[in-house]
Amino acid sequence: MTTPQQRFDSLISNDQRIEPDDWMPEEYRRTLVRQIAQHAHSEIIGMQPEGEWISRAPSLRRKAILTAKVQDEAGHGLYLYGAAESLGTDRSELVEKLHAKQQKYSSIFNYPTPTWADVGAIGWLVDGAAITNQVPLCRCSYGPYGRAMVRICKEESFHQRQGFQIMLTLAEGTPAQKAMAQAALDRWWWPSIMMFGPPDAASPHNARNMAWGIKRYTNDELRQNFVDMTVPQAELLGLVVPDPDLSWNDERDHYDFGDPDWEEFAQMVRGEGEVAAARIATRRAAHDNGQWVRDAATAYAAKHRTAAA
Amino acid sequence: MTGLFPMWEVFIRARRGTSHMHAGSLHAADAETALQAARDLFTRRQEGVSIWVVPSGQITASNPDNADSLFEPAADKSFRFPTDYELPAEVDHM
Repeated sequence: MTTPQQRFDSLISNDQRIEPDDWMPEEYRRTLVRQIAQHAHSEIIGMQPEGEWISRAPSLRRKAILTAKVQDEAGHGLYLYGAAESLGTDRSELVEKLHAKQQKYSSIFNYPTPTWADVGAIGWLVDGAAITNQVPLCRCSYGPYGRAMVRICKEESFHQRQGFQIMLTLAEGTPAQKAMAQAALDRWWWPSIMMFGPPDAASPHNARNMAWGIKRYTNDELRQNFVDMTVPQAELLGLVVPDPDLSWNDERDHYDFGDPDWEEFAQMVRGEGEVAAARIATRRAAHDNGQWVRDAATAYAAKHRTAAA
Repeated sequence: MTGLFPMWEVFIRARRGTSHMHAGSLHAADAETALQAARDLFTRRQEGVSIWVVPSGQITASNPDNADSLFEPAADKSFRFPTDYELPAEVDHM
C-alpha cells in the first residue's frame, strides 16, 4: 500500500504532473499559491506602466498594439488566478492580500516610465526576461500552472517583438530618438537583470523548488541565458548595454557581466518609493470603482434565475 | 458581496471537426456573461470556433486516490491492444 507522500514523490521523480485533486505536501501547496499569486499580481499591476501610455502612443496602430498588450496582461493575470484557485484558494482572498500589501508583485513595475522608449524597453527587456523565466515554467510539476504558462508564453512573444520593434524604430530615427532609446536601455537594463531574483547563493528555496519541479533552472542560470540572448540584440540596435564589466568569455562560452545593485533591489521588493504606493492605490481604486458593475451583474443574474424558476 | 461570482469551466472547440477541450476557468455572474468573458479571455487570437461554459460545481470527477483501481487493470489486458497479435510479415500492416 503506497502512502500519499510516496505517490507524490514517485510522480515528481518520474517527471509527471501533479493535478489539483492529488494529495500534495502542504509546503508544496503553499509555495505554489505564493508563487502563482505573486505572478498573477505582477501581470495585473504590469498593466499600469503601459496603460499610462495608451493615450500618448505615437500612432493609432501603436495605440491598438498597446491596448491589445495590456488586455493580454489582464488575461495572463486571470489564467494565473485560475491556477492558484485550483489549489483551494479564493481569488478574492488573493486580491485582498495584494491590496493589503501582504503579497508581492514583481518589483520591476515600481519603476517609472517617463518616455515612449520605456514602453519599447519594457517589451524588449522586461518581457524578454519574463519569457526567459516563463518558458521553463511551462514544464512546472503543477499541471494547471504549466498549462497557464503555455498560453502566456504564446502571447508574450508578440509583446517582446513589438517592444523590440519600437526600440528599432527609435534607434534608426533621429539622434534625439536614438538617445531616447539609449536612455531607456540605461534605465531598464539593471532592473531586468534583477528580475531573476537574488543570486543562487542567497536564494534559500532554490534547491527545494528545483527538487519539486517547480523551478527547472536556478536564478543565475536564467540570468545568464537572458544576458547571452539580449546583448547581441542591443548590438543590432546600435545601443550600449550600461555594464562596464560586460565582455564575451570564450572559455565559458558566455558573457561575463557585472553585479547589479542588490540594495536597490531590496528597497524595490519592500515596495518603497512613490511609484509603488501609486500602483496599489490605482489597483484598489480600479477594484472599488468596479463594485457597482459586479453588483449589477449579480442582481441581473439573480432576477433572471427567479424569473426562470 | 465580498466574494466572487460563481466559477465556470470553459471548453473550446479549436476548429470544426475537433471536440471541445478544457481551456481553463473563470468567474461570471451567469452563463451569458461567462460566455462573453470566455470569448474575451480564451479566444483573442482565433483559438476557437465554439465555446461551452459549465458551472464548475456541476462537474463530477473521479477520485485520484482510486486511480489505481480504476485504470491499472487495463495494463494486464494486453490482448486488448493490436500490438499483442504477432502476424506474418505479409499481413503485419493489418
